[in-house]
Amino acid sequence: MTSRDGISALRQEFKGEREDLIPVLQRVQEQDGYLRQDAIRSISRWMKISENEIFGVATFYAQFRFHPPGEHHVKICLGTACHVKGGEQILIMAQQRLNIKTGETTADGKYDLDRVACLGCCALAPVVAFDDKIHSQMSVLKIQGILERETMNDER
Amino acid sequence: MNDERVIDERRQRAKAQWEALGRSPVPFIYIGAASCGLAAGAADTQKAVEEYLAQNKIDARIIPVGCIGPCYLEPLMDVQMPGRSRISYSNVAVKDVVPILAGFFEEGVIPKSHLAGHFGKGELDGIPRFFDLPMLKPQVRIVLRNCGLIDPDDLDHYLASGGYEGFEKCLSMTWKEVLDTVKQSGIRGRGGAGFPTWRKWTICRETEGKERNLICNADEGDPGAFMNRSLIEGDPHAVLEGMLIAAYTIGASHGYVYIRAEYPLAIKRLRKAMAQMREVGLLGQNILGSDFHFDIKIKEGAGAFVCGEETALIASIEGKRGMPRTRPPFPAVSGLRGEPTIINNVETLGTLPNILRNGAQWYASYGTETSKGTKTFSLVGKVRRTGLIEVPLGITLRKVIYDIGGGTQKPFKAVQSGGPSGGCLSEEFLDLPIDYEHLAEAGAIMGSGGLIVVDSDTCIVDMAKYFMTFTQRESCGKCVPCRVGTRHMVEILERVCDGKAELADLDKLEKLGRTVKNGSLCQLGATAPNPALSTLKYFRPEFIAHVKDRRCPAVSCKNLVIYRVVASKCTGCQRCVKVCPTGAITGPRSEPHNLDQSKCIKCRSCYEVCRFDAIAGDAIIIES
Repeated sequence: MTSRDGISALRQEFKGEREDLIPVLQRVQEQDGYLRQDAIRSISRWMKISENEIFGVATFYAQFRFHPPGEHHVKICLGTACHVKGGEQILIMAQQRLNIKTGETTADGKYDLDRVACLGCCALAPVVAFDDKIHSQMSVLKIQGILERETMNDER
Repeated sequence: MNDERVIDERRQRAKAQWEALGRSPVPFIYIGAASCGLAAGAADTQKAVEEYLAQNKIDARIIPVGCIGPCYLEPLMDVQMPGRSRISYSNVAVKDVVPILAGFFEEGVIPKSHLAGHFGKGELDGIPRFFDLPMLKPQVRIVLRNCGLIDPDDLDHYLASGGYEGFEKCLSMTWKEVLDTVKQSGIRGRGGAGFPTWRKWTICRETEGKERNLICNADEGDPGAFMNRSLIEGDPHAVLEGMLIAAYTIGASHGYVYIRAEYPLAIKRLRKAMAQMREVGLLGQNILGSDFHFDIKIKEGAGAFVCGEETALIASIEGKRGMPRTRPPFPAVSGLRGEPTIINNVETLGTLPNILRNGAQWYASYGTETSKGTKTFSLVGKVRRTGLIEVPLGITLRKVIYDIGGGTQKPFKAVQSGGPSGGCLSEEFLDLPIDYEHLAEAGAIMGSGGLIVVDSDTCIVDMAKYFMTFTQRESCGKCVPCRVGTRHMVEILERVCDGKAELADLDKLEKLGRTVKNGSLCQLGATAPNPALSTLKYFRPEFIAHVKDRRCPAVSCKNLVIYRVVASKCTGCQRCVKVCPTGAITGPRSEPHNLDQSKCIKCRSCYEVCRFDAIAGDAIIIES
């Protein structure tokens, strides 16, 4: 679905009031994976809010991305419990293995890597989310195993 | 027939069905399927159960339930045979499913392996009651009473356990009477600050406005806290019933649940529960045939810690950057769209139905003189038994950490209460009663309920750096003390962790902390220095070790430790060579390996593989 179509569909659902801005951005990101420049332009014309203003709001919130995401999302939790149980080292290892930094996507477009503030599974820390699946009680060895397994599945 | 009778009849039916469950000819299998359970593998466990039942053509019902609390026992699976007590099994991996179910269905016995406890009354073949387990016995479950026991997706389960009785009682009272009940219960806001709920409500009710709004704050941003997620996932109707009670009292017609987008399961449960409410006339116009109108919308947060602050949360709902503004006017006077608005925490709202149903005196009988009732905490970090707990206020930290949490494996070092806004307390505070006043006096806060326990392996300077880095990232940037001050505090803490600081830096850090505290606009800034200030106060020697000796006593700060192979212990098994991501470890098989410090990124892989997989066991050491 192109973002243009997406927005005309959203016009049916939302009135286009200021309060709808964040939910609309969330829906557009859900459709396109990130906030494309042309999508923001269309929203701007529809809602009569300047593009600058929309960027100002979108960049304030951690959820919004401005670059295409990878096919799979690797999220390393760095909540307090995960931090004290070694989350930082798991992040270093994931960066090392995927050869990217947080916020980036691998060159082949397969994976993106993010740090998240807390996934709320603190009692099973440290945790890592691979797409929608949360892996608990991770270690630097386990993350390597998971990344290897997932990349192999992908090649198959 | 009016709506009130509809709900009454449905409740009678639900109660009868619930009681019939005990006499049901069909066995029940309950699976703890909250986010934490799923993370531990509950979905795979459930699949294995389904496969077993299908293969053996057994007619049984699987009921996914919320989180019952002891997350360290996940995945949890309970089996209830017809007419028997519900029996709980812990850490049930896929391979454990068949032996347990075969015990029940093929051999007709109660399998003993993985057994946790039963939910019946009294003694049962030497099996303890689940709620008598050491982690659960000292707890008082009021707001969590249904979590893990009922099916959160089934309105009938909630109705059968007295659901919406509190709200119905409300409808027969005037708003003043409800307010009075809440006042007598003594409940204070569970979001952190502890402002008396009734007082906030009174201000709102007495303010003239076109309309009044009620917002449920489910933007649980504290890293290390998950109480609100568990409650919504485990018992969404309790929170929604609380919203009805609050809205009725303050006269609100519009309700919002502002919830983190990171909690997809909780959002799903809320949507489903709201649809069920609509079906039976608990939302919308003329609720249960009364002249009370109220509707709820879900607003997903987009990831900003500061949006837990009331004025920032309102800005976010209004579609703006989530930046706080000066108060007064307080939201209770001028909030969403300039109208009187009440923002209550999930736990506060979830408690209200219990207060209305069982009475103010009953609730006030728990807790202390000034802090009434119970509070949920997420007990995490280095304690043996991690999970979600609910305890009466006034209980000591020692009881929580040792009796409930089972203590730490390595020596206890500190407990952090209140997340990034809270403080770190040392061993001498273990006998401190947990209530709003005592925690504040000691330099910590109650906060929303995160309790993170750390042991001698955790570096306290690193912990302070972690929290300061978090608040610095989350600072909205509006006021200078918070925006610039927190950045400088992080820089000083980084220097300390790198062994590049001087003693004068510690004084600078303290002074800066006080400035940020006093000069910031909102509570994010005003509380941001707490972790640094409290650790400096109670753990100064550890800071000094980093500064003077350039050493990290917990052997944790990366730039102050080195990894070394102990040649006399290394058998040359090559396991570490294989896992090293940078090729820093080399060496032929069967000879002690060589570790090149210039290539080592201190990722800990070799250390872990040596301890768990290698022949020698502990040939790689980390030193400071």
